[in-house]
Parts: sequence; C-alpha cells; structure tokens
Amino acid sequence: MENFNFSTILQHFINGLTVGGIYAFIALGYTMVYGILKFINFAHGEILMMGTYISLIIYDVFLNYFKTPFLIFVAFIISLIIGICFGVTLGVSVEILAYKPLRNAPRLAPLLSAIGVSIILSNLAAFLFGTKSKKFQYPFDNTPITISGISISPNQLMILILSLILMVGLKIFIDKTKTGKAMRAASENQKVASLMGININRIISITFAIGSGLAVIAGVLIALDYKVYPTMGTMAGLKAFIAAVVGGIGNISGAMLGGIILGLLETFGTAVLGLPVGFKDIIAFGVLIIILLFKPEGILGKKTREKV
Amino acid sequence: MIDLILLNIATLGIFVILSLSLNLIAGYTGLLSLCHAAFYGVGAYTTAILMTKAHFTFLPSLIISGFIAAFFGFLIGLPNLRLRGDYLAIATLGFSEIVKNIFLNWDSLTGGPKGISEIPPPSIFGIKFSAYNKFQYLILIWIFVAITYFAIKRLTQSRFGRALEAIREDEVATLAMGIDVTKYKVFSFIIGAFFAGIAGSLFSVFIKVVVLNSFDFMLSIIILCMVVLGGMGNNLGAVLGATIIYFASELPKIFGISSLIPPQFNQIIFGLILVLMMIYRPQGIIPRKKIDYETNIVKEMKLRNKK
Repeated sequence: MENFNFSTILQHFINGLTVGGIYAFIALGYTMVYGILKFINFAHGEILMMGTYISLIIYDVFLNYFKTPFLIFVAFIISLIIGICFGVTLGVSVEILAYKPLRNAPRLAPLLSAIGVSIILSNLAAFLFGTKSKKFQYPFDNTPITISGISISPNQLMILILSLILMVGLKIFIDKTKTGKAMRAASENQKVASLMGININRIISITFAIGSGLAVIAGVLIALDYKVYPTMGTMAGLKAFIAAVVGGIGNISGAMLGGIILGLLETFGTAVLGLPVGFKDIIAFGVLIIILLFKPEGILGKKTREKV
Repeated sequence: MIDLILLNIATLGIFVILSLSLNLIAGYTGLLSLCHAAFYGVGAYTTAILMTKAHFTFLPSLIISGFIAAFFGFLIGLPNLRLRGDYLAIATLGFSEIVKNIFLNWDSLTGGPKGISEIPPPSIFGIKFSAYNKFQYLILIWIFVAITYFAIKRLTQSRFGRALEAIREDEVATLAMGIDVTKYKVFSFIIGAFFAGIAGSLFSVFIKVVVLNSFDFMLSIIILCMVVLGGMGNNLGAVLGATIIYFASELPKIFGISSLIPPQFNQIIFGLILVLMMIYRPQGIIPRKKIDYETNIVKEMKLRNKK
C-alpha cells in the first residue's frame, strides 16, 4: 500500500484525467452515432486502429527524411492529418456500405453487420501490417516534467490540452452551428427532421466523419505511449463504450463526463485497492454492470419509457 | 485419411450443439449473446478439472459441467433483466472477458496459460473409450447432437418456445399478454448455456487438452455466424450453418493447402458473411417457419361449419 499524501493523489488524478480524456474522445464517436442511428457501431475501435496504423506508418516513412526536432514535429502533424482523413473516409464508407442498407431493418441486423465489419477490419490489419505490435518514436522530447513531486509527460500534457480544445470545440459546433442543430434534430426524430428539409444521409455521414476523426486522434495519442497492434481498437473501443453508457448514451456532454469518470475510477481503483494491472478491465466492466442495473440511462441521460 | 474424416465429423458435432444452443438464445429469443464460447469453455474446464483433479468418471462430470455452465448462464441472465439488445451484447462481451481473465489467472485450478492436459478417456456403462478409436467418440458426440436437437426442437414447439418467439417479436406486447418476459429470457440463457456446457465437456474428453485459446471471443463470433448463415430461429438452419462454416474453414486443412492461405483469410470471410447475410438475406439460408395461426383458425371454423 502506498502512503497517500496530497501529491500522490494529484498524480493519480492527472494520470486518470489523461486516460479519461482518451476514453472521452472515443466515446464521443459511439454516443453520436447512437444518438442518431440508435445502434452501437462495433467497428468504431477498428476504424481507430486502421487510422492509427496509416498515420504512424506514414510518420515512420517521414522520419527517414526529417531529422531536426521541428521537422519531426511537422511530420507528425502531417501524418496525423493524413491518418484522420483516412479514418474519416473509412468510417463514412463503412456506414454507406454496411449500415445504410439496414436502416429500416430490425435492430439486431445493423449490430451484427457492425460486428462483421469489425472482424474484417482487424483481420485485414493483421494481414496487411502483421500481428506484431509496433512502437513509434515520440515527435518531441518525452522526458517527464516534475513540479513539486508531480510528474507529467509532454504527451500527457498534449492529451490534456488537445482533449480540452477539441471537446469545447465540438460542444460549440453541436450547440451553435446550423449543422450541429441539424444533428440534434436528427437524433430527436429522424422523420420530422427530414420533413424540415434536413438531409439525413448527409447528417449521418458528418456524424460518422467526426466520430472517426476523433477516434484516430485518440488512437495516435495512445499509440505513442503504448504500441500499435491489430486488436488495439477492441479494448479501447469497449472501454470507451462503457464510458459512453456511464455518461448516458446519446448525450455528448455525458460521453465526456463518462470518459473522465471511468479514467479516474480505473487509476484510483488500481492504486487504492492495490489491484494488479490485469484487473483494470474488470473494474470497467463492473462499473458498466452496476450502471446498467441501477441507472441504465446513465448519469446525464434522459429517462425514456418504452412506448408501444 | 479415414481417421481425419472421423475426426472432422466428430468435431462438427460439437459445433452443431453449440450452434443449436446459441440459436435458442439468439434466434428464438432474439438476445444477441457474445459469450457463448465462455459457456463452452466453462463446460470444458469443469470436466477437465473434475476428471483430472477429482477423478470423477465421465458421465457425472458431463452433467455437472452442463449445470455449472447453466449457472453461469443464470449469472449473465440476471443483469440482463434490464438490458435490451445492444446493451446486452456488450454486457455478454464483458462477461466473456471476465471469464477469460479468471481462466487465465486462477493458475492452481485452471493451469493458467498452460491449460489442463492428459484428460483421461471416458468410459460409459463399462465401455472403455480408446484414445485412438475416433469412431467411438463420433458416436458419443452425435448421440448428444441428437439429444440436443430433439430437446431444443420440442422446447421451441411448446408454450415455452412460443413465449420466446413472442419476446423476440415484441417485448412490450408479450408483457401485456401476461408472460413473465424476464423469467423466459433468463431461462433461454440457462438452457442455451447448459447445452454449450455439454458441448464443452464432450470437447475436453475428445481433444484431451483444454487451453484458453479454444474458447476466445472469435469462437463466439464463429458460432454466431453459423446461426446467422443457417437461419435465425430455425433448428435445421443452425445445423446447416454449422456444417457449411465448419467445412468451409477446415477444407484447406483437409486438402493440405492451409499453408498457402493466410490465417486471417477465414475470419475475414466470417465477417463478410455476417455483413452480406444481413444486407441480402437476413432470414438465413433456411428461414424460420411462420406458424400461420390465422389460417389454422379459418380452417377449423370451416370444418365446424361443415358439421
């Protein structure tokens, strides 16, 4: 058992916040799609993985030519953008090919189709890129900065800043712009929204595009600290889904809150209870089952009664 | 060669039991369960542990395996009192991860990553099975396939089965008819898990080694593929689906060309099957029979009028 003083608690808090920020990024994709199409996009984690692979492989190629720290950072940003573009294209085309024909099918159908897509993508990645995990060089000096006993690595700092900017940006986009308004309308009632002149297909494509883009950013940020491998999306995707459910699925602020809560619970759970690392997953699933049993609509979700 | 054929037909029998039992949960009740491989694994590990560590004979351990798997089915059925469709899929996925972690970390009982080996050959009613005689195993497994098939067939044609189908079609309407939806859902999980446990038990005495890899998440997907391809909610469909998928994935091995095909290829095909079937033929190869109650009543009334 560690002894707990203020600085260790703060340290765990920062670590949890970083993990939570990542979960929140991925959870946003789930929750936005669920809000509009009312189904879980099982392939979300795999889109994250594909985008991350593409972006980091391009980054690796760039590293052969760019040697100065500034150029390396530029190369990183360029490859991140290429990866995001790839992820967005992939996400939108998956929706058009595998989910669109099933829009009026029974609820089980798109779910099964999504599971199919996720298997295709993860095995395709294993075939194309090999099953071995790949490690990537940090685009900046990643020696942790220590301030009065609390250490924070530049990558963590980048995750915190990026997640703050992107979440605020997304919130403004959804709340203030016309497209955001259309997205909210579509999630409220698709039929009525389309009667009001909203192009539902366009809105769904935009939703998938935003979700996939955010997922790729999250994927690259994870991959720098850990590694890239064909099944990296599965676990990250599951945790993020749990985060989305905890916050209230279909609710954008809920996904952010849920991600951060889950990240904090995991870090504090393993630290306070002294559990081995392998049990982190069990905490997440335990949280999921408890939330589903006692507050299935999530922390910020609206309570809906099923009507006939 | 003949041994290879017998081996494949016997293994196919195990998959047929799995696909029949998942068909009860996913096809009839409409609950998307992604932890069928976990039930199967629980059955296999139970038999392995009972026969190697507690020196039980085969039949009692088979039955105990079935019941322990059924108990796990009850455990996962309980929280799904409140879960619907997609949530349930995730909860079962989480459950199968938890079961996997337990198998992996409880070294003293499950042997951890090494698994359990040297499971003794079974002997039933004085007949001792020989490890080299595949034909005996084939008969044993297919007897259980027949039992499973008829048990599930009778079950689905009874009041119980009609209640399950009603739940799949419309939960609220079923509730309004005075059917205890929760009870039936949990029971469909319990019965499905029971047969999956039996399949696991047969697998462990047949292969004689139980390792974690045989029960991973991918297996749950493969079983789901079998049910979806054959036809959800049709027992014959489940058998057909299992046969097609099993031989499709084993053919390269049988013809000795498996080294030419990358290992991911099979699984990509499973994924494609799921997507394409959902888009072009969601009812599967053999669609489920719709019982036409209305025409039955009309016929009956006509008969009465004649009298």
